[in-house]
Amino acid sequence: MLDQLRMYLGFPFVQYALIVGVLIALCSSLLGVTLVLKRFSFIGDGLSHVAFGAMAIAGIMHINSEMLFVLPATVLCAILLLRTGQNTRIKGDAAIAMISVGSLAVGYMLLNLFPKSSNVSSDVCTSLFGSTSILTLSLTEVWLCVGLSIAVVAIFLLFYNKIFAVTFDEDFSHSTGTRVEAYNLLIAVVIAVIIVLAMNLVGSLLISALIIFPAMSAMRLFRSFKGVTICSAVLSVSCAVIGILISILAGTPVGSTIVAADIVAFLLFSVLARLGVGARKA
Amino acid sequence: MAQLTCKDVSLGYEGHVILSGLNFSVSAGNYLCIVGENGSGKSTLMKTILGLQKPLGGSITFGDGLQNNEIGYLPQQTQVQKDFPATVWEIVLSGCQARAGRRPYYNKEEKALARENMDKMNVSQFARRCYRELSGGQQQRVLLARALCATRKLLLLDEPVTGLDPKVTLEMYQLIEQLNREDRVTVIMISHDIVSAVKYASHILHIGHEVFFGPTQDYLQSALARRFLTVEGGDQNA
Ligand SMILES: Nc1ncnc2c1ncn2[C@@H]1O[C@H](COP(=O)(O)OP(=O)(O)OP(=O)(O)O)[C@@H](O)[C@H]1O
Ligand SMILES: [Mg+2]
Repeated sequence: MLDQLRMYLGFPFVQYALIVGVLIALCSSLLGVTLVLKRFSFIGDGLSHVAFGAMAIAGIMHINSEMLFVLPATVLCAILLLRTGQNTRIKGDAAIAMISVGSLAVGYMLLNLFPKSSNVSSDVCTSLFGSTSILTLSLTEVWLCVGLSIAVVAIFLLFYNKIFAVTFDEDFSHSTGTRVEAYNLLIAVVIAVIIVLAMNLVGSLLISALIIFPAMSAMRLFRSFKGVTICSAVLSVSCAVIGILISILAGTPVGSTIVAADIVAFLLFSVLARLGVGARKA
Repeated sequence: MAQLTCKDVSLGYEGHVILSGLNFSVSAGNYLCIVGENGSGKSTLMKTILGLQKPLGGSITFGDGLQNNEIGYLPQQTQVQKDFPATVWEIVLSGCQARAGRRPYYNKEEKALARENMDKMNVSQFARRCYRELSGGQQQRVLLARALCATRKLLLLDEPVTGLDPKVTLEMYQLIEQLNREDRVTVIMISHDIVSAVKYASHILHIGHEVFFGPTQDYLQSALARRFLTVEGGDQNA
């Protein structure tokens, strides 16, 4: 089996997949804590459906590099959703539901009206649950992924303390003159970028899993924001690598294998927490 | 010159006025207690002073060298979710966010300031503990330490002693009094504990159907205070 693995690792497409997988897993885990605690998870979920709709439109318009269309469209929606969500909570919720379900429906309809291939349901399945597409990435797409990932990590490191402050207590931050709206916008845009990135890896239905599971697992054992952030990054990257390798060896779908690895990690951490590991750790 | 002046201020939400024609001013070193019934608009007034929402009318101005980001705030209920992973150290340090400005990380002086304020509030021993695992009184002291990192001049406290036991309440009052007396920090505090309010405060702002603003002695003479004190004080003794 190791020989087989070594042989696969010799292929450039497998190397690309691993590089991109690691980067995406890293990015998506960083903002997980903020997303969960700020009650932004629903925005993440909504945006992934928007990305699906945008993908369908990109397909029809025969845009070669889908990401170049999907990315701006999703970022735009993130900004719109945040705007409506801030003014009035309840209406904001409904707006998100409408936009997300709407794009899902329109996307599916478009895919059926203008089929790219003869097998529509397989196309749909691919966009929803991810595919082997991570194994067929072009060099351009790999570079785009690398560039965006570096940008996301850099933004996170640069604004780490502000993101913590705004997530922990928005009112206090506001009262000391921190520009809370600007940071909320920044967080929403970064989330949109992460979602578009992660779509390549796990498909639009499973993105939330990639973002939320590592953070939830880390929160079982760690008590500090820093600890949780570092732990969820390490965990997310490990699960991605393990998931990709297993899927190559066993021929399982990449996205769901990675998510399965995340679920196993979550269960493991829950058991450890029950046993009292890390209870007093900072 | 006053640190804070409210002129003919109206408060409310989305055009619905709760309180109007409010006039008062706070000078350096004052200890102002805001009292009034539930729902009379005390927290709303504080949020308006902080700039979290706009006044519906009138003006709020800062003076005497006070910038509007030099205020330390202790919220009535932190909207902190129960499962937030954060240590006491991380939270107190976040009080320095205005000092750090655009700099992404906190420097030595800011860390020293955070340590000093934790000592002052007696929470240094919890530095590496998780905030959510502390008792209510300990949590309040942590948030007060954070507020002190944000200011040396003006503290806004929204019901800092609610939910604390009598002993911890007394300690909290003494800490606040010490900050006011020794460090000359101006204090604006919302309180339902009217007996302690008149004991510690230099000025009282009573809001509701009737409004009173003035020194504590004058307040004690007023008919409004006599009515309020018998009701609330009576409640407390019962
Ligand atoms: N976000 C909001 N939107 C609309 N109305 C609000 C909002 N928050 C408070 N109110 C209303 O404004 C009034 C004043 O509320 P506020 O919280 O200022 O009272 P308070 O004096 O602090 O009361 P308490 O003593 O209970 O803390 C109440 O009638 C309340 O229903
Ligand atoms: Mg209140």
